[in-house]
Parts: sequence; C-alpha cells; structure tokens
Amino acid sequence: MTETITDDPARRGERRDFATERAWIARRAEPLVIVAASLLAGCGLFSLLLLTLDKSPAQFFELLWRGGFGSWFSVQNMLSRTAPLLLAGLCVALPARLGLLIIGGEGAIALGGVAAAATGSALSSAPAPLVIAAMALAGMAAGGAWIGAIGALRHYRAVNETISGLLMAYIAIALMNHLVEGPLRDSASLNKPSTAPLPDADRIGAIPGTDVHWGLAVGIACCFLASVLIEKTSWGFAARISGGNLRAARIQGLPVGALIVAFCALAGAAAGLCGMIEVAAVHGAANASLASGYGYTGILVAFLARQNPLAIIPVAMLLGGVGAAGGLIQRRMELPDATILVLQGMVFIVVLFAETLYGRFHIFTPERWARKG
Amino acid sequence: MQTTDIGYWSVPLAIVGGAIRVSTPFIFVSLGETITERAGRANIGLEGILIFGAMSAYATAVLSNSPWLGVAAAGVSGIAAGLLHGWICKFPRVNDIAIGIALMLLGTGLAFFFGKAFIQPSAPRLPAISLGFWSDIPQLRAALDVNALFVIGAALAVFLQWAFRNTRAGLILRTVGDSSDAARAMGIDPDRVRLLATAAGGGLAAIGGGYLSLYYPGSWNESISSGQGLMAVALVVFSRWNPLGCFAAALLFGGAGALGPALQSVGVTHGYYLFYAAPYALTLAIMIATSSPGRALAGAPCELSITR
Repeated sequence: MTETITDDPARRGERRDFATERAWIARRAEPLVIVAASLLAGCGLFSLLLLTLDKSPAQFFELLWRGGFGSWFSVQNMLSRTAPLLLAGLCVALPARLGLLIIGGEGAIALGGVAAAATGSALSSAPAPLVIAAMALAGMAAGGAWIGAIGALRHYRAVNETISGLLMAYIAIALMNHLVEGPLRDSASLNKPSTAPLPDADRIGAIPGTDVHWGLAVGIACCFLASVLIEKTSWGFAARISGGNLRAARIQGLPVGALIVAFCALAGAAAGLCGMIEVAAVHGAANASLASGYGYTGILVAFLARQNPLAIIPVAMLLGGVGAAGGLIQRRMELPDATILVLQGMVFIVVLFAETLYGRFHIFTPERWARKG
Repeated sequence: MQTTDIGYWSVPLAIVGGAIRVSTPFIFVSLGETITERAGRANIGLEGILIFGAMSAYATAVLSNSPWLGVAAAGVSGIAAGLLHGWICKFPRVNDIAIGIALMLLGTGLAFFFGKAFIQPSAPRLPAISLGFWSDIPQLRAALDVNALFVIGAALAVFLQWAFRNTRAGLILRTVGDSSDAARAMGIDPDRVRLLATAAGGGLAAIGGGYLSLYYPGSWNESISSGQGLMAVALVVFSRWNPLGCFAAALLFGGAGALGPALQSVGVTHGYYLFYAAPYALTLAIMIATSSPGRALAGAPCELSITR
C-alpha cells in the first residue's frame, strides 16, 4: 500500500468519480423533482374534480397547451402575462428570504400604477424617456413605501406581517378606487372611471418583432438582479442568515431591522414597478383593472419557485401560460372563470404539503454522492 | 312602512343597527379562530372557508328551500376544510400560515367555481327576531331586527368563555396550545386536538359565511365577502384569545363597517371609498396599538406561530 490518499480527484487519475459534481446535482435536483411531482399531483387532483363533473381532463390539458404555449400567438400572450407575474412573484420571494410571509402585493401593484399614472399626466409635456423613467420611479416609490411600512410594522411593533399585508392590500385598493373615481378621474372616462390616458409617446412599446411589451425584459432583469443581491452580496447573505435564525443574526450584530425594511421596500418596489408597467404598457391609464389578481398569483409563483428569484422566471412563464389559456378553456369546455383559480389553489396546497418531503429521500442527500468509491 | 324623518340621528342609529347586522360573521369567524388558536395553531384561511360556506349555504338553501339546512351545509363544508388544514399541518416543516393562504385561494376559487350557477336564483332568507317592537319609529325597528344567528353567536361567546376555564375539553385545548410537550406528557395527542380545534374553527367560520349569503346582505355573488374573515382573524389577537372580547370587538367592527353606507344614505358621498376602507384601517390601527415587540402578548397561547 504505497498509494497516498489525496483529495484532488485529478491526481487520482482514472479513479476520479465526480463526487462533488454528483453531490451538487443531487442537492439541486431535490427541489426540482419535488416541485415537479407536486405540480403533477395538483393537476391530478384537479383532473379528479373535472372527472366528477363529467369533463375531460385530456381536453383540459390539450386546451391549456394550445392556449398557453402551442402557437406563436399563444406564446406571445403567455409572455405578456409573465411580465407582471415575475415582479409580483419577487414581491413575495424577497421578504420570504427573511422569513416574512407578505402577501399584499396586489395593493402595492394598484398604488404603483396610480402613482405612475399621476406622474405621467403631471409631466405630459416632458420628453418621453424622462416621463417613463419618472413614472417607473414613482411606481417603485409608492409600492416600496407601502410594503416597506409592513416590514417596519413587523420589526418595530411586532405586527403580524401576513395579516397586516392583506389589510394594507384592501386599504390600497380602496385608496386606488377613491383616487381613480375622485381626484384623478378623467372626466372623459364614462363607463370605466380611469385617470387621464397617457399619450402614445409615453407608453411602453413592444419588443421588436413581437407583441410582447418591454415589461417582460424588465421583469427578467429584476429577477437576475434579485438573485445577485441574495446570492452574491453581503446584504443578501445577512438576509439569508436572518431568515434562517433571527436570534443568531441578532447575536451576530446584523442590522436585522434595516434588512427587513430594506428587503420589504425592494419587494414593494418590484410590485410598484409591476403596476407602472401595467399602466404604461397595457391599460394606458390607471383604473380598477390594476387589481386583477396578479398580486395573488404572484404568491403561488414565489412558492412554486421556492423563493428563488431565478426559478421565478420559468414558474411565471408556466402560470402566465395557464392564465393565457384560461379564456379558451372556459369557452370550449363551458367551465366557470374561476376554474384556473381552483387549479392554482389545488397546486398551491400540494406544493406546501410537499415541503414535508424534503430530506426524506436518501437519493437526494449530497453526502451519499460525495462519499468516495 | 312609513318613515319618520329623524335627520342625522339616522347615522348613529344605522351604526347600531349595522353593528348588530354586520357583526354576526365577525363573531362566528373570530370565535372559530379563537378555538383554533387556543390549541396553538393559526388558520389564516378562514376568509376562504367563509366564502365557500356562504356559497354552500346559499346553494343548499336554493335546492332544499330551507335556510337552516343551508346553515348546516355551510357548517359541514367548513369542518371539512378545517380538517384538511389540520391534517396537512400535522406534518413536519409544513407552515400553518402558508397553508392558510393557500386555503384562502382554494376556498375562494371553489366557491366561485361551484357558485356560478347560483348567482341568479334567490334563496329563502333566515328569519329575523324583532326586538324593536316597543318603538314607533320604523328605522329603530328595522335596526333592532336581530337574526337568530346573532343570538346564537352571543350565547356561544359566553359558553366558550366558560368552557375554556371550566371544562375538561377546554383545559385540554389550552394545555395543547401552551405546551405540546406538557400535553404529550399527559398522554394527550396534540395533533389530534389541533385537528379537532381547526375543524371546529372552520365550521364556525363557514356558518358566518352562511349568514352573509342567507341574511345580510342575503344574496350570493362573488363579492359577498370583503375580507371579513381576515379581519376577524386579526380581531382574535386584539381580543387576546378571549371569546367575550371577540364578541365586543365584532360589534365594534360591525359599527365601523356600517359607517360608509350610513353616511352615503344621508347624502355624504364624497370619499365613499375611504369610508369603505374604515374597517381595514381600524383593524390595522388596533393591531399596531396592541402589538408590541420585546414582550409576549398577554394571553397568547405559547405554541402559536403568528405571535412569534
């Protein structure tokens, strides 16, 4: 036995067994496999519901594919719905990394949209790029202040953030209705009270060659930025520690309060930006359409992505496609418009239930694969 | 009925009447949540259960022509939803608040899904008990028309207040809520107690929903609830897990909810949406005023996740 034991696989020549790589894959595969399995199980439950109603699950999923992903037309529709979901998902995922369940994104979207529309009509004579930048800033500031306040209440007054977040969402939507039907109402909008329409020059256009607006690119960029913030910066590291163990973070002297408020404000800024994009790219004015449920679907997006900003991108596309196919499914199968909501709810329950499966399957434990020989 | 002109007196009167009418769902949901939280678990999804209860009560009442059968159906649907929540939460690493959020979405979705067919037909309403028979003023009589469910809710609050302290079941419930370990040492299975407590909470919340669709406002549509279930959950913290406190808080909230429509009826229409937001703002203000960092809330069950 003259062979020396070394940890460098390259020196061991043909005995290199890719242990580290295999361990890495095993660690990464666990959430992928479990989330995919719970998606399938949720769809299975939903199929059972359809069967009891004498509807065909096969037709449902065929229409889902056709309406959300099957053609260039439906892909563009899917991508247009992906854009707000990316930002609404971030609004849930960022505080979640600190252990906070803030689900009031719908309110920040509404207020961000109103703030953007008000800024847009106040600055209508300024050059278009300036107006768009000012609208984005206004939307982010309004949303950031709103969700940031929830974080501050959590930290400084110990107010439960889930309940206060939802209450704040109701207040925000009432505030939006008040502003849109009162002080900010454009007298020309008769049937659907709205703010003054933005001039075409101040609106966000489509990505060349598509019907998809630039909001998609903004949303994807925000997901990458959030990922860098969480994974590569010391702030993100401190946030992850605080989310894992608040007491340990305090003992280490981390600025927990500042982290909570900052992450909540960033989350709110993402939702506010979502509202601004909905106004500037889709509706052209702020009105009740701003509260159309993206904030609530965003909760599911974040949980399916397991609060990972990069994973939000494919999940948002998936749920964007489901939303895009909703109309087709309702018409062809004569189902109520809440069908998609039921599917989402079932998937949500199963995904949360699946949290209990982590660490139970030996095949995913990195140690098993890191073992040599 | 001939109306007597009572001018701006109609505002406080409407608030009193509204407090009685509007508070009933708050009473049922907050008493249900009190039972669940006393066992150490939080079910934030009562809003979804309330909406589903409103739908099942209305649908059953339409089909059977009996409003009380509708209330019973709501109770059964709520118990089923509560059992689902309680069963899932027994597994390790499952977050009860997140499950509550999911249940809120699923309950709302299922209610709209199955309730679509019942938006048009009208259901028989629950009967009212007239407590204003001594008065000649019709508005006062209208304000004092009290539904039987309100009376049941009030009696239930008194009963629970007594039962938490004086019955074996109440003591077991509180033991489980304060320390799972102590309960286990006594040979009690905490998961089972919490399962039953969540089921009871779900059943009561759904009956609160049945009141919405069968009495006031007395119709089924997709905006039947405007967050009553959620506000009632917040009320539980404010009333310190105390059933009589829940009853008082529910009356306060009913009054706040009646403020907007009452002002509108005397011609104050400016800022209608802001008055509409009053109950939410009041809930939030109360939460801010009564929560405090650094010390545990008096009366909070120690095992409860939402107060940590």
